[in-house]
Amino acid sequence: MYTIKNYFNSYKDASTLAFFRLAFGFMMLCSLIRFSAYGWIEKFYIAPQYHFTYYGFDWVKPIGIYTYLIFLICGISSLFFTIGYQYKASAIAFFLSFTYIELMDKTTYLNHYYFISIIGFVMIFLPANAYFSVDAFQNPKKSFQKIPSWNTDILKLLLGIVYFYAGLAKLNSDWLFKAMPLKIWLPNNLNFPVIGPLLNENWVHFAFSWTGAIYDLTIVFLLLYKRTRIFAFILVVVFHLLTKILFPIGVFPYVMIVSSLLFFDSSFHQKCLEMIARFFKIGKSIFKTTNEKLVMSGNFYQMKIGILTVFVCFQLLFPFRYLCYPGELFWTEEGFRFSWRVMLMEKAGYTQFTVTDAKTKESFHVNNSHFLTAFQEKQMAFQPDFILQYAHILHDFYKKQGINDPEVRAESYVALNGRLSKLYIDKTIDLAKENESFQHKTWLLPFGDDIKGF
Amino acid sequence: MALFGFIAVLIACSSSDNDEAETVNNNYDRTALLTNWADHIIIPAYQNYQEKVNTLSTDAAAFTASPTTATLQTLRASWLEAYKSYQYVALYNLGKAQDISFKEMSNTYPIDKPGIDANIASGNYNLSLFSNFTRQGFPGLDYLINGLGANDTQIIAYYTTDSNAAKYKTYLTDVVAKMKSNADAVVADWTGAYRAAYISNNGTSVSSSVSKTTNSFVKSFERDIRSGKVGFPAGEFSNNVPRPTDVEAYYKKDVSKILLNAAVTAAKDFFNGKYFNAAGSGEGLKSYLDYVNAVRNGQKLSDIINTQFALVETTNNLLSDNFIDQINTDNQKMHNAFTTMQQNLVYLKLDMMQALNITIDYVDGDGD
Repeated sequence: MYTIKNYFNSYKDASTLAFFRLAFGFMMLCSLIRFSAYGWIEKFYIAPQYHFTYYGFDWVKPIGIYTYLIFLICGISSLFFTIGYQYKASAIAFFLSFTYIELMDKTTYLNHYYFISIIGFVMIFLPANAYFSVDAFQNPKKSFQKIPSWNTDILKLLLGIVYFYAGLAKLNSDWLFKAMPLKIWLPNNLNFPVIGPLLNENWVHFAFSWTGAIYDLTIVFLLLYKRTRIFAFILVVVFHLLTKILFPIGVFPYVMIVSSLLFFDSSFHQKCLEMIARFFKIGKSIFKTTNEKLVMSGNFYQMKIGILTVFVCFQLLFPFRYLCYPGELFWTEEGFRFSWRVMLMEKAGYTQFTVTDAKTKESFHVNNSHFLTAFQEKQMAFQPDFILQYAHILHDFYKKQGINDPEVRAESYVALNGRLSKLYIDKTIDLAKENESFQHKTWLLPFGDDIKGF
Repeated sequence: MALFGFIAVLIACSSSDNDEAETVNNNYDRTALLTNWADHIIIPAYQNYQEKVNTLSTDAAAFTASPTTATLQTLRASWLEAYKSYQYVALYNLGKAQDISFKEMSNTYPIDKPGIDANIASGNYNLSLFSNFTRQGFPGLDYLINGLGANDTQIIAYYTTDSNAAKYKTYLTDVVAKMKSNADAVVADWTGAYRAAYISNNGTSVSSSVSKTTNSFVKSFERDIRSGKVGFPAGEFSNNVPRPTDVEAYYKKDVSKILLNAAVTAAKDFFNGKYFNAAGSGEGLKSYLDYVNAVRNGQKLSDIINTQFALVETTNNLLSDNFIDQINTDNQKMHNAFTTMQQNLVYLKLDMMQALNITIDYVDGDGD
């Protein structure tokens, strides 16, 4: 008990969290600008006729042309977040608007969007405006030299979970003993300078697989210890730049590289902030603080600690929910998302639907392009919850068209990690009669193979 | 640092690591692939097609000049030869062929019989129009030389004693002329500037030649061969209610299997990079798959696909030459043929495309 109490009474320099606020907020602003500059708001959220919503969040949908407004709110709040202006309100606005965007359509699901939501949520509770911020400058009472240690440690912990769990997920027989899916992916980069020709070599696939798993499992510990920190950071940069070049994974590598700077000493962050101040010709007075340390206490503080403790426990346990489901996780994907399974499998599908009039028994095949974008169709073809949701979209559409109680059946083939494609769904099942739930989907056909491990 | 070292070790080891027989150490040569496709498969197939259409044109002129049983039979024979040679070019909806709707004009069936009759009667038509795609090409000719009457005498009568005989001759001549000008245009393009443009577009994007050609191939296997020749007539897309009027060469009747077999051979040969009408083979989808070491369930994916092609051929050969008879007597065999081809479609469209990292740029438009 004593040590825990001691820990909560230990303090660190506020420059670390201020630095992270700046770096994280700025990256968010840049990625939002990038996202809209690519025309992805239109392409992913406005153009599609239908959206694949998350179970329990079906009300979170794009709102037509006003979707741009959500992005605008998100962009402005990330700007205010960065400079630490009206920080608490900006953090809340950022978290809500970003999470709303993330939940609009699961076609675009990415683990790093989830990571951003998590960090965004926790940042609401942290005093990231205590130093080097507009808030602290305008109101010196809000400026502090030191803040509780846990304020930055919780971010390191969350980052550590991402890496470590991603490493655990790689400890499976496909990854380690078949070098899958890297064996499929790496040969697509044969034109890559210098190492390109090697990417077709069997032993290189294994070397990359094992190195990747070891990297994910150990990098946080290497970052934590001062003597290995610089070396670890170089690893982080090389690893993420390599993945950036080899795979189309957007801004994620930069987010991870910048986030890992958290592990450095506060003197490093202080220097960075001073450089930024010089660059923008901000006077030294910005670094003046009225208060020595931010002592948090009271009921509100207790509640805050309570919420974050529950939240961290949830983060630790939630990725293991797949244990509650029978069958192979990669095949059924029940419990696959939101659990740091990053770049872990090569899966593709070919799924066609037949609609049958319950009365006349007349059937016809569905042209998926009438309903879905190419990207949506691709994602739909191998993910059971998408297939089910789409079956209901078809049911509702054809019911309006005057088909009697439309029955919807799918002929679906799925290929996973270098296995030959197999029939995925029971062809005889009327999917319109099945409903989404957290229960196991019984209409999935068995995988017929075994992937051992996490 | 470790990774830099690691990469350095990789580079150092590469030269001494050649003992694995399966491994190829250089980049896959997509230029060689495209050159083989263009020079040994696609262009020769189009030139052969052009030759067969020229014969068709000559024989059609002989028939209209003197409509007799003999000239009619000669015309039919050259129609069938050209129709078979068409199966070898139907896989490549690229360049000029795509621009001028070559495939749609050549082989859209079932035909619009009243439409053809109306065109003949009015003498006023533009065969380049979308609305006339079902009133020309091989299926249109099928009707004009096999379907106008119950026997040769009746058919010839349309070109001799019928009050509209001149109009029938004109329509026949125009349909053949359109086919000839289309064939000439596509061959001229391929043997002209298009070949170089095609080969130099050797990247991996969606608009690259490898991607477009592979997509065109898979799409043709799906729509023209699996659905068009077998699936639709067998009722696979109409709740198992057969539609015998949908067979290819509906009026000639006893050649549907010949055309199906030609198409399957064309697809198989293209997959294997086999030279058109010549011994030997070069780069193809098979060698590309082998190059990226596409192994599925312990077997080379290219072998799995070729085994399935062999099964497709065996299953198709159980069919009668006349698909209408086959559907009416034992539709199960048609269903089996469809299912066997469907399985290979899954291998091609899912497993092969995934292994080669080629994006499917079309979506299936069956039924609906």
